[in-house]
Amino acid sequence: MISRYLFENGLSPRILALVAVILAAAIILPALNLALPESHPLHVPTYMISLIGKYLTYALLALSLDLVWGFCGILSLGHGAFFALGGYAMGMYLMRQIGPRGVYGNPLLPDFMVFLNWKELPWYWSGFDQFWFAALMIVAVPGALAFVFGWFAFRSRVTGVYLSIITQAMTFALMLAFFRNDMGFGGNNGLTDFKDILGFDIQADTTRAGLLAASAVALALGVIVTARITGSSFGKLLIAVRDAESRTRFLGYRPEMVKLFAFTTSAVMAGVAGALYVPQVGIINPGEFAPANSIEVVVWTAIGGRGTIIGPIVGALLVNAGKSWFTGALPELWLFALGGLFVLVTLFLPKGIVGTLQEIAASASERRKARKADAEAVDGEQASPVGAE
Amino acid sequence: MTNRADTILYLDGVSVAFDGFKAINNLSLVLKKGEMRAIIGPNGAGKTTMMDIVTGKTRPDDGSVYFDGTVDLTTHDEAEIAILGIGRKFQKPTVFESLTVEDNLALALSGSRRVFDKLFRKAGTEKDRRIREILETIRLTHRRDWLAARLSHGQKQWLEIGMLLGQDPKLLLVDEPVAGMTDAETEETARLLREISASHSVIVVEHDMHFVRELGVKVTCLHEGSVLSEGSLDHVSSDPRVVEVYLGR
Repeated sequence: MISRYLFENGLSPRILALVAVILAAAIILPALNLALPESHPLHVPTYMISLIGKYLTYALLALSLDLVWGFCGILSLGHGAFFALGGYAMGMYLMRQIGPRGVYGNPLLPDFMVFLNWKELPWYWSGFDQFWFAALMIVAVPGALAFVFGWFAFRSRVTGVYLSIITQAMTFALMLAFFRNDMGFGGNNGLTDFKDILGFDIQADTTRAGLLAASAVALALGVIVTARITGSSFGKLLIAVRDAESRTRFLGYRPEMVKLFAFTTSAVMAGVAGALYVPQVGIINPGEFAPANSIEVVVWTAIGGRGTIIGPIVGALLVNAGKSWFTGALPELWLFALGGLFVLVTLFLPKGIVGTLQEIAASASERRKARKADAEAVDGEQASPVGAE
Repeated sequence: MTNRADTILYLDGVSVAFDGFKAINNLSLVLKKGEMRAIIGPNGAGKTTMMDIVTGKTRPDDGSVYFDGTVDLTTHDEAEIAILGIGRKFQKPTVFESLTVEDNLALALSGSRRVFDKLFRKAGTEKDRRIREILETIRLTHRRDWLAARLSHGQKQWLEIGMLLGQDPKLLLVDEPVAGMTDAETEETARLLREISASHSVIVVEHDMHFVRELGVKVTCLHEGSVLSEGSLDHVSSDPRVVEVYLGR
């Protein structure tokens, strides 16, 4: 039923093209890495594969933020928290996969627990040796947090800047909690030294290529889900809540439920992105909860164009590619460049890159239509339409 | 007092205070089924607060509020009251600017308000017929595919009234519908409201006396949170107390 819902009565050609491009990247990039010899000019080096894979998870994170911010008007400054929680769930699975190969050789306890002199595995680590359980937690933990958080925040009608502030506080509180050693998540150092995933060596080129492909497929699914949600009549309701929340309430809707659904769905998407991010960068630590990370996601989304599906993806890819280049060439200046970019986009491209391009295209097609209508009016000598303007 | 069973709206002894300021003070107001009523009064008379109470946005400190003779409105919230059949138009036109005129109306049409139904259900032909009907009534047929943001101020007001009609409420509360309208638009709005009142109960809050005269209905004048005078417009406007609050003493 779900697959029928996703594919029946089609997605717009623009979305289908986007999905096709992402899936093509999932096939072509790994192929260029694995099939071509290193000397070949089109060979894609493995570090590049991991880098692009990481960008794709960022793109999925930005898309998830766009679902709540661009389409529903909820500016979350704490989306990094859901990303990091998904990442930690994956990290816990990867830690358990290490088994006796750790520095201390303890078959059950991860190294940091042995170091802390812990004798047994905390209860909340059990089950994470099974991939299916970790996969479940990757969606369930961020989803449950978003649901509980949203339930209280939206029902108390916390909106606008106040909501943004408490989302920021949420991710900050989680960061402080995860920094503590006795939380049992590796404290300051987080989780790292991963060996393999689903039995594949995590350092192997083939695994890296596979992770990129998985990230691309996840992003493509995220695009389809977002397009279906925003294209349904529920999507119109999302926009209605964004434009005039009180009006929806007096029409008999419950905007808090609309927001709660969007927020929870979005958190799940962010969690999946985080889970794919961790094996590609090889570490997850409390720094991922830092408020600045969440704000950076907002910047990507704003630059690409919020309220569009392509926008946040373009924004995340462009800004991060820029970041990789910039931090190599002029590392001290990167944050100034990012801040300046945000200011410039807000001032001159308030709809972002994609939003502005779409606007130009729309007004061009409108002008064409108007010219056509004028021509028809002259031909047919129609009476001018009535209406006060 | 009037028999409550025949009323669409029944307010008795309602009071509400904000930080000690009595916005509504022992207000009693009765609207019969099918009646259209104009409510006038100087700024701060409590007109908007009264609407807030009826639509569940504000809870009264005291007094009873009944809808349709039997439903105690003080025990319901905004969404429930909207579904019960009370539609409200705000003072400032409030429409969904980035949706088309058609989509604005489609969201207002009576039907399921549940999130999951909205995700999976498609619009039917019955809905389409209703939308066309409403577009005729509010004179926006030729603007069906426009984004609401592109409409003129007056057209937005009409669209909002159209959205109320889509809800198919028993009672419409209309807050200052002609503020900022041209004379031609004002007359058109009066005509529209008279047309609507043929099949709905309506309360119109308005400052514009010319417009109230156009409506030609019973008038209630509020002052400092309670009813100052009630009757035909001529009766109310010749009431010396009304003249006093409007012209100052």
